[in-house]
Amino acid sequence: MTSTLTISHLTKTFGGVLALTDVSLHVAAGERVALLGHNGAGKSTLMKVILGLIASDSGEVSVCGAAPGDANARAKVAYLPENATFHSALTGLEQVRFYMRLRGENPSGAMALLDRVGLSAAAKRRIGTYSKGMRQRVGLAQALIGHPSLLVLDEPTSGLDPVSRHDFYELLDGLAADGAAILLSSHALTEVEARTDRLLILSGGRMVAEGSLPQLRREAALPVAMHITAINGYDTDILAALPNAIRVGSALHLTCTQDNKLATLARVATLQDKVADIDVIPPSLEDIYSHFSRRDGQ
Amino acid sequence: MIARILATAITEAHIARRNRWVLIAVVLMVVFSLVLSAVGSAPSGGLGADRLSVTVASLTSLSVYLVPLVALLMSFDAVAGEVERGTLPLLLTYPVARWEVLAGKLLAHTSILIIALVAGFGAAALIAVLNDPAAASGFAALWRLTWTSTLLGATFLGIGYGVSSLARRASGAAGLAIGVWLGLVVLYDLGLLAAVVADDGGTFTKVFFPPALLANPADAFRLFNLTASQATAGTAGVGAAAGSIPLWHSLVSISLWPLFALGFATLAFRKVEP
Repeated sequence: MTSTLTISHLTKTFGGVLALTDVSLHVAAGERVALLGHNGAGKSTLMKVILGLIASDSGEVSVCGAAPGDANARAKVAYLPENATFHSALTGLEQVRFYMRLRGENPSGAMALLDRVGLSAAAKRRIGTYSKGMRQRVGLAQALIGHPSLLVLDEPTSGLDPVSRHDFYELLDGLAADGAAILLSSHALTEVEARTDRLLILSGGRMVAEGSLPQLRREAALPVAMHITAINGYDTDILAALPNAIRVGSALHLTCTQDNKLATLARVATLQDKVADIDVIPPSLEDIYSHFSRRDGQ
Repeated sequence: MIARILATAITEAHIARRNRWVLIAVVLMVVFSLVLSAVGSAPSGGLGADRLSVTVASLTSLSVYLVPLVALLMSFDAVAGEVERGTLPLLLTYPVARWEVLAGKLLAHTSILIIALVAGFGAAALIAVLNDPAAASGFAALWRLTWTSTLLGATFLGIGYGVSSLARRASGAAGLAIGVWLGLVVLYDLGLLAAVVADDGGTFTKVFFPPALLANPADAFRLFNLTASQATAGTAGVGAAAGSIPLWHSLVSISLWPLFALGFATLAFRKVEP
């Protein structure tokens, strides 16, 4: 599979402060990649370098086989800025028509595009009257113009309600199926809802982790928690049998490594007649994300 | 290329219409033109010139002040506003060159200016012709005033885009634009006038004064229109020295100024990092 976006050893400083250090990544056609990081981790800077809005200090960037910001690259790349803003005096329809003309597309398709992002009812109202979520949809509509090969989306789901967020990921699935490469950023793992093929975690301008969610889960090797509810009066027996367990309120809490999970469960199973219930709680998405993003940057 | 310039022009026209700029420019030009043609019509009998030619002389003085002002007011927000709203980064990721963006804005703003000029001058001409059938002989002067006003407007639109790019904030750009207007249109002339009076027909008046007039787009515009219509006698003081400057000098100046101004705007816009 050919790579639509390739970055190797990219470094960028702002006034002596390192914003990005030795960042390498690639995004293939049809792949959905999430770029995660705290505020200030370098996500927006990385995106602006990819778009050619700011120049890098060193390293190589190839966008659809061209240099970033090159006319050929710009013709194939769509961008959704963080907190997309537009001129408040224009209507959504006028704004999208403008962007379609700039891309050499027939502006008569603007209404269909707005319909695709659920904005056709408000298309002829001024953007000044739109809510944040509606402005975000205008931003999304302009990013869909003319079948881009690469979509660079900066926190696309911020300001969207859960239903719109779901619709948004449906749209992305369709675009990726048509062969578009997608790079989207977020500051929380829960926001990307694990609906991407690969995750990149940026912390303090460095790439600290890369892989699919199961891979990252394995690599993080965070402990599994078990919450055991004892049948009345048997909790002391269980505590004696499981020396790691501690009493938290009426329940007994136990943690173990991923490798020890089955063995621990087997031991709990031997206490079957004393255990009322057991919950096995894997590490949450937030836990995994915090594990990687704190390891290096802070 | 043409499609992208037109796309920007259409969008800018929508914005100007919504922000009432079209209306403001037209009303300003019409009201001031009518007032001037009413005031300027009183002494026409004594001068022996047709009524429209006299009106054009008055309109020339009006345009020197009003056209640069309207042009700067329309253009100061062009780049700084995009930077402040945060719309510039997205625009620059589109396959459109920066000069194409400026060209589109220029096309829209110049068209609005032409509409305002035609409305204002047209109203004044209509009144002149209705009152004096011989006024039709002044149409050549009116046509000259219209196209030179357009060039003057384009010059100050370009200066406005440049100032807007340098300031990067709409409030700063507005202040700079007013400063440019005061400097080039008001203070420059006052300075020259003071120097001419102090010099009393000496070296300054003969050697430095003519090029100084040509170097300023507003002065070159006034000079060209007054020289061409041989109305310099009516403008006391400056007239004597101005009469010695050939017509083609001021023509070259008013033709080159829009190019200089747009070159300056393009260079300044190129330096803006989103």
